[in-house]
Amino acid sequence: MLVRWLLVLCAVVMPTVVHADAFSDAVGKLASEDQDTVRSGVQEIAVSGDARSLGVLHALRDGKLKVDGSVVVQEDGSKWKRAVDGSVITPSSKPRKVASNNAVRRAMAPAIARLELTSKDVTLRRAAAEELRRSTPPEELAPVLREAYKAEKDPQTKGSLELALADVDLASRDAAKRYEAVRILGARGDIAFKSKLEPLVERDSDGSYREPDGKVREAAAEVLSSLRWKELTNRIVGDIMYGLSLGSVLLLAALGLAITFGLMGVINMAHGEILMLGAYSSYVVQILFQRHFPEHFDMYIFVALPVAFVVCALVGIAIERTILRFLYGRPLETLLATWGVSLALIQTVRLLFGAQNVAVAAPSFLSGGWEMLEGVVLPYNRMVIVLFGALVVAFVWMILTRTRLGLEVRAVTQNRGMAACMGISTARVDMYTFGIGSGVAGLGGVALSQIGNVGPELGQNYIVDSFMVVVLGGVGKLAGTVIGAFGLGIVNKLLEPVSGAVLGKIIVLGLIILFIQKRPQGIFALKGRAVEG
Amino acid sequence: MTSWKERMKEEPTVAAVEALAESVNAESPATEPGWKSSILFVDNITVSFDGFKAIKNLSLTLQPGELRCIIGPNGAGKTTMLDVITGKTKPTEGKVYMHGQSVELTARSEYEIARLGVGRKFQRPTVLPNHTVFENLELTLAAPKGVFTSLFHKLNGTEKDRIDHILKTIGLKDEATRDAGLLSHGQKQWLEIGMLLGQNPKVLLVDEPVAGMTHQEVEATAALLTGLAGDHTVVVIEHDMEFIRSIARGQQVTVLAEGTVLAEGTFDQVQSDKKVIEVYLGEAA
Amino acid sequence: MLSKLKSERELQVVAGAFALFGLIVPLLHLFVPETSPLHVPDYLVQLLGKFACFAMAALALDLIWGFTGVLSLGQGVFFALGGYCMGMYLMRSMAGMGVYKSELPDFMVFLDWKELPWYWQGFDSFPFALVMAMVVPGILAFCFGFLAFRSRIRGVYFSIITQAMTFAMMLLFFRNETGFGGNNGLTDFKKLVGYSMQDDATKLTLYVISIVALFGSYFICRALTRSKAGRVLKAIRDVESKTMFCGYNTRDFKLFAWTFAAVLSGLAGALYVPQVGIINPSEMEPSASIEMAIWVAVGGRGTLVGAMLGAGVVNGMKSWLTASYPDAWLYALAALFVLVTLLLPDGLVGLIKRLAAMKRPKAPSNPGAIVAPEAGKA
Repeated sequence: MLVRWLLVLCAVVMPTVVHADAFSDAVGKLASEDQDTVRSGVQEIAVSGDARSLGVLHALRDGKLKVDGSVVVQEDGSKWKRAVDGSVITPSSKPRKVASNNAVRRAMAPAIARLELTSKDVTLRRAAAEELRRSTPPEELAPVLREAYKAEKDPQTKGSLELALADVDLASRDAAKRYEAVRILGARGDIAFKSKLEPLVERDSDGSYREPDGKVREAAAEVLSSLRWKELTNRIVGDIMYGLSLGSVLLLAALGLAITFGLMGVINMAHGEILMLGAYSSYVVQILFQRHFPEHFDMYIFVALPVAFVVCALVGIAIERTILRFLYGRPLETLLATWGVSLALIQTVRLLFGAQNVAVAAPSFLSGGWEMLEGVVLPYNRMVIVLFGALVVAFVWMILTRTRLGLEVRAVTQNRGMAACMGISTARVDMYTFGIGSGVAGLGGVALSQIGNVGPELGQNYIVDSFMVVVLGGVGKLAGTVIGAFGLGIVNKLLEPVSGAVLGKIIVLGLIILFIQKRPQGIFALKGRAVEG
Repeated sequence: MTSWKERMKEEPTVAAVEALAESVNAESPATEPGWKSSILFVDNITVSFDGFKAIKNLSLTLQPGELRCIIGPNGAGKTTMLDVITGKTKPTEGKVYMHGQSVELTARSEYEIARLGVGRKFQRPTVLPNHTVFENLELTLAAPKGVFTSLFHKLNGTEKDRIDHILKTIGLKDEATRDAGLLSHGQKQWLEIGMLLGQNPKVLLVDEPVAGMTHQEVEATAALLTGLAGDHTVVVIEHDMEFIRSIARGQQVTVLAEGTVLAEGTFDQVQSDKKVIEVYLGEAA
Repeated sequence: MLSKLKSERELQVVAGAFALFGLIVPLLHLFVPETSPLHVPDYLVQLLGKFACFAMAALALDLIWGFTGVLSLGQGVFFALGGYCMGMYLMRSMAGMGVYKSELPDFMVFLDWKELPWYWQGFDSFPFALVMAMVVPGILAFCFGFLAFRSRIRGVYFSIITQAMTFAMMLLFFRNETGFGGNNGLTDFKKLVGYSMQDDATKLTLYVISIVALFGSYFICRALTRSKAGRVLKAIRDVESKTMFCGYNTRDFKLFAWTFAAVLSGLAGALYVPQVGIINPSEMEPSASIEMAIWVAVGGRGTLVGAMLGAGVVNGMKSWLTASYPDAWLYALAALFVLVTLLLPDGLVGLIKRLAAMKRPKAPSNPGAIVAPEAGKA
């Protein structure tokens, strides 16, 4: 944007010298109705060396250059100027567009870049060099590039130019130049070069190599294999990172379930909807901040977390008190009743907030990402979710192992009757456990609101996965849930590029079903009498 | 002075048991004598749950027609041993055989072991609550028990007679059309024994048969079990020493402690066995 | 003796219902003038035909859940698979009549497929499709059940993994590449064994066939549940371990009931699709399968009449509410789920029995209350 603006500025302050020369001729060609003439005009402008060239080409690129009869005019606000000297004129009629086709447009970009390379502005040169590196520059630009490369002091621009040159050289007739080019590309090791090197080792339909020189071929093959390796490792590292991020999402979704299902043996089919309520809590808090404290908008997330926890915990406690406590020991009935609750919650949210997805804006400090490896960008929100997942696990672990409530929860889990005899109010413990499980689900919901759509059906997308995580990890084991979630996330992401997202998911579900065959109790099996009860 | 019977119900000290179990293990031969003619042979089994050994190198030999009482304090591994024999739990080490070593049980599932002729009565009376008493017995009768044979199975005369006979034996003739879930506790115990009879097993494993029974019922059960021995091999697990005394009558009694066999012999022998007294009384007086 | 009487009364009720739906409804539809309040309009015939298919699916679920104690959350998949088999036949039978006038179904032309995938072969034959509508769900159920029951997955675990299976199958059928029309499924059917699907006569015939199939299924299920095998299934539901110690291979029995239920659901789905004219992956949504469970629960699980009654009552409610008070339907369904599990564990049939027992204070000592099966004790 800045570059373009500068260019317009340049065009305006350009000296208005009138003389018939190569530049004026070339500009004149733009008025032709024949696109080939226009194209050669563009190329001639580029090599004319005139200081005004860049401004004209830029105006052409931006569609500000029009043709009035045989005169090329440039739009400047509401006025018209002659492109050659910048003098103001009144067009005879409505000016037509410059005749243009793909060839013209293709010629334009490198032509502009060539001019920009000689600019004094480093930003401009960098951008131009980068542009050239991305496109394959025409061979006739090679001398200009070489010149610019030699003259260039800025290392970043120089690097881009070197690659652009190598690119040009790859098409050279001189085998030595091609060899050198391959070496340069190899030394840089960008995965993006793969497609440029691949033709060198391919055969034509008649069986002969496209690259006649054996040495170049060999070098290219070597570089290619190292690039492929790098690509593969990058991809696997990337998949694992994405898998960890997906895993932490699953973990946040499943952790609440691990508490209610794992510790209390309650099948809560409304768990997904509690996640959804957490996400909507985040939405509501966000709206309130937008209305009342727009200057502190980014802070809403820190308010949303406790709000979601409390809202979801209260809903969870309400479910436990009114329904679940009558159904302990009847897990299938619990399953059906909580499914009913989930329907009611979905419908209520639909009536309150509409059936459409709502937008939850992420705080600004969560946008953006970190490019860990070439092609592996980790968005900040995903990274924060991994951290957040770890914090929530630690929080749950602390509650279970370091508090009186945790002690009582574990006692009730192991032997309800005995715990009751020892004066523990099992009803109260049930209520709190369910409240905590639901509250944690609410925290998960806030996290989900930061990375995906928030809609009434949000929970339905997570319920099956959440159950799979808990079953896979081994019921009643926090560590199992963590490993189950990350294992599932990583396997899912590793499969995705091979089989596609949907099929990958199907395969994962199939694998879980097979895994449960081998280890019906999950990764961390409870053994002994506890299982047989 | 408390009688030793009552002391026996108390938990023995762990140290005493461990020391004793060790000495017993050292003494006992790797293979039990007489296994070749045995009907059931438990060969040196070990069961461990997460490192905790519920049963340690336990061996047991039962001869056809024998009535064997098994006693032992809580946690001695009595019920776990029955679980292993009936296939509910797989042993970590060791094997269980029938008929010498000709049939291995440990490789088979519960229903196969049941079909081979091992019947089990659970600690808590377990009947089919939504079936009538008659149907409970019908389902246990020794008959082909595959899916498709069951689909088209019709009760024949001899089967009906047999059910009738069992109903009379267990005194539930008048309750035949009632749902078993509505029976009294003692009636359920009887029904379960009746179901065992219907199965006509070679080996009957009876886990605490008289728990919760009235005095008369206990006597009747004792008579029934002793009557069954001879035709069947009967294993009785019981806490109630009075009951054991009344049915043991010169038969072998096995004492389990800490998952292993502590002593074996007649009731009187066991009763005067030093190790047993030590385990039950704690430090030797 | 009492049970014999009861079973006779049940038979009378069922025979009456059969006569009503199989004979009187078609007669009222055909011969009573449309102005008469007794006239059964088109839409009602179609609706009842649909309900008959749902009732068959409910019978199947009752067999595996109510009688065997295994709650399947995948019955909708078997139903839909049967439906897809029939849908494939209907698509094949209109080759050349689609929008593209191609031999291939329209969606394949749209995907630029050049030939029929191998798994579509043979579906131009009606008998083949009908057989496959039962065989395909049967095979899937058998394989799944074999693995699950072998590793002794029980109770809620089984329910959860059947739900995972349902979810996976739904995803699979949503894909265009799977070859069943993706999102849109199979629809726009024209002809069934040569008869136009728009004809009133075809619709009425389909309805009568559904009713006959429903009552046929009822009698098969009745025979099954009253056989010794049926008693073994009930024993498994109540005390599985005891049943095993009695010498029954409970895995085989469960596998049989589970597979049979899938076959029956498949048949129901096959009858359903020509009546509604569409089959798409939404039939495979986990919620569809769970809804079937509520049909059975409302009617009264463990009783065949209850399953059929429940399917009719819940779906009747659904049709009425979604038309009159669309926002209220989900709340009503939610309330059904909660209230039935909390207050009516034996469903409507249990309620009727209880009311009948109250009317006759001198009822026999056994009031006929069904002891809640301890299904799902993991």
